[in-house]
Amino acid sequence: MATPLLTLHNVSRRFDGTGHALAGISADIAAGSFVSLVGPSGCGKSTLLRLIAGLDAPSGGTLTWAHGPPDLFGFVFQDATLMPWASVFDNVWLPFRLRGISRQEAGTAVYEALALVGLADRADAYPHTLSGGMRMRVSIARALALKPRVLLMDEPFAALDEITRARLNDDLNILWTEHGWTVLYVTHSVYEAAYLSTRVLVMPADARAFVADIAIDAPAPRGDAWRADARFAHISAKITQQLRTAATANAQHAS
Amino acid sequence: MTGPAALSWQWMAPALFGLAFLALWELLVTVMHVPPYVLPGPYAIAGALASGFTSLMASLWITLTITLAAFAIALVTGTGFAVLFTESRLAARALYPYAVALQVTPIVAIAPLILIWVGLDNAHVAVTILAAIAAFFPVLANMTAGLRAADPNLVDLFRLYGASRWQIMWGVRLPSALPYLLSAMKISAGLALIGTVVAEFVAGSGTATGLAWRILEAGNRLQIDRMFAALFLLSGLGIGLFLSLTALEYAVLRHWHEGIRDRRAGR
Repeated sequence: MATPLLTLHNVSRRFDGTGHALAGISADIAAGSFVSLVGPSGCGKSTLLRLIAGLDAPSGGTLTWAHGPPDLFGFVFQDATLMPWASVFDNVWLPFRLRGISRQEAGTAVYEALALVGLADRADAYPHTLSGGMRMRVSIARALALKPRVLLMDEPFAALDEITRARLNDDLNILWTEHGWTVLYVTHSVYEAAYLSTRVLVMPADARAFVADIAIDAPAPRGDAWRADARFAHISAKITQQLRTAATANAQHAS
Repeated sequence: MTGPAALSWQWMAPALFGLAFLALWELLVTVMHVPPYVLPGPYAIAGALASGFTSLMASLWITLTITLAAFAIALVTGTGFAVLFTESRLAARALYPYAVALQVTPIVAIAPLILIWVGLDNAHVAVTILAAIAAFFPVLANMTAGLRAADPNLVDLFRLYGASRWQIMWGVRLPSALPYLLSAMKISAGLALIGTVVAEFVAGSGTATGLAWRILEAGNRLQIDRMFAALFLLSGLGIGLFLSLTALEYAVLRHWHEGIRDRRAGR
């Protein structure tokens, strides 16, 4: 493997009173890979994402970026996290606004981002008039608008129904194939991880070293063909098995 | 019931009740020969309102301007301190107990002191200060809660894009606190009016002749009908303020999620 884009070495993060949220995580993240982090609730997946985004500082260990930390991340939260007082356009304009770019200057880029998620005609709508899936698309458009090379997603589709989620997964897979971003994707869903990722890291409940590192070598874009593929079922089963090991390992620690 | 029928009934029901109440009042006062210096009928009160219209309107204007000035002062200082408390835990720890102390101290008790400080010739200044003190706390308390209730993910998003503290305050916290501010305004405007009236009772004199002063004056002269006329104007003023602020709230929050809008509005 070439020099990884990001190297995590023994990264830990302590919180007062709650023990370790992360205890010595190490991994290499390759440029252009789609890496899913799966693990039981509260195992520190979101914490790791916040550390990578620079929203939080590690208590120990190092994060090393091959070309220095990117000056720009796309970040998508579990909730759409839109400003309810602002139109769809203004929500997507936000990253530009915070960099001092006016509505007029940003206009084309904002519409491009909205077109990417199929919402160019809803630019003037307010978030409360949109469905949950549409709001999530706006959130993704906002994350993509400044054309980041690294996209961090924290259970972005967890609150959506199964059909909407599957459709957004298809869209995300196609966009990633076309643009070649590096994506770190936190999810609870084994199938989502197996569908989207080139690599799945399974985190144990006690947030020590990853219990499994599963590479998924499938053609892209994937679509329903991959969902129906025997290898998809096999990989899903493998991830599930590893998750179970992760949980049991922790139960043994605890007892 | 839904639609226009429900809407008109919403207005018709209280209006009809009010008319029935006034009719009964007039009837009882007439039939039972209640003397007008104890309880005048609505008809007599309307007469007092008409005959004293000019002076009562002048007093209404004074009470209104003082209430609005006190309300504005409370909004600016309350929001200002809420911003300070959100930005500095130390300031919040150090000052919040005193804000509570100011809130729980009856303004009637501090009125004489304020009056001495600003001078008896400036009674309207004293009244404005006292009313502002009365109206201050709901703004401070609600705005402090509102500024802290901003979506932490949205704050993180701003930080991710390199926003300054000021940009986070202006771009996330203040807009997020808007529903809180608007409900605080409805409480605070009412308190400003109450504060104005109470302060006028204590500090009112030849230089501060608001509606409360008219009530005292008419009471001293046993002009009960005039007292009622001034009282109705005061209620009308309070209702007017409340309705204006409800309309403002609706206009500002109409684009927000209905759930947020309704919950904050207390419906």
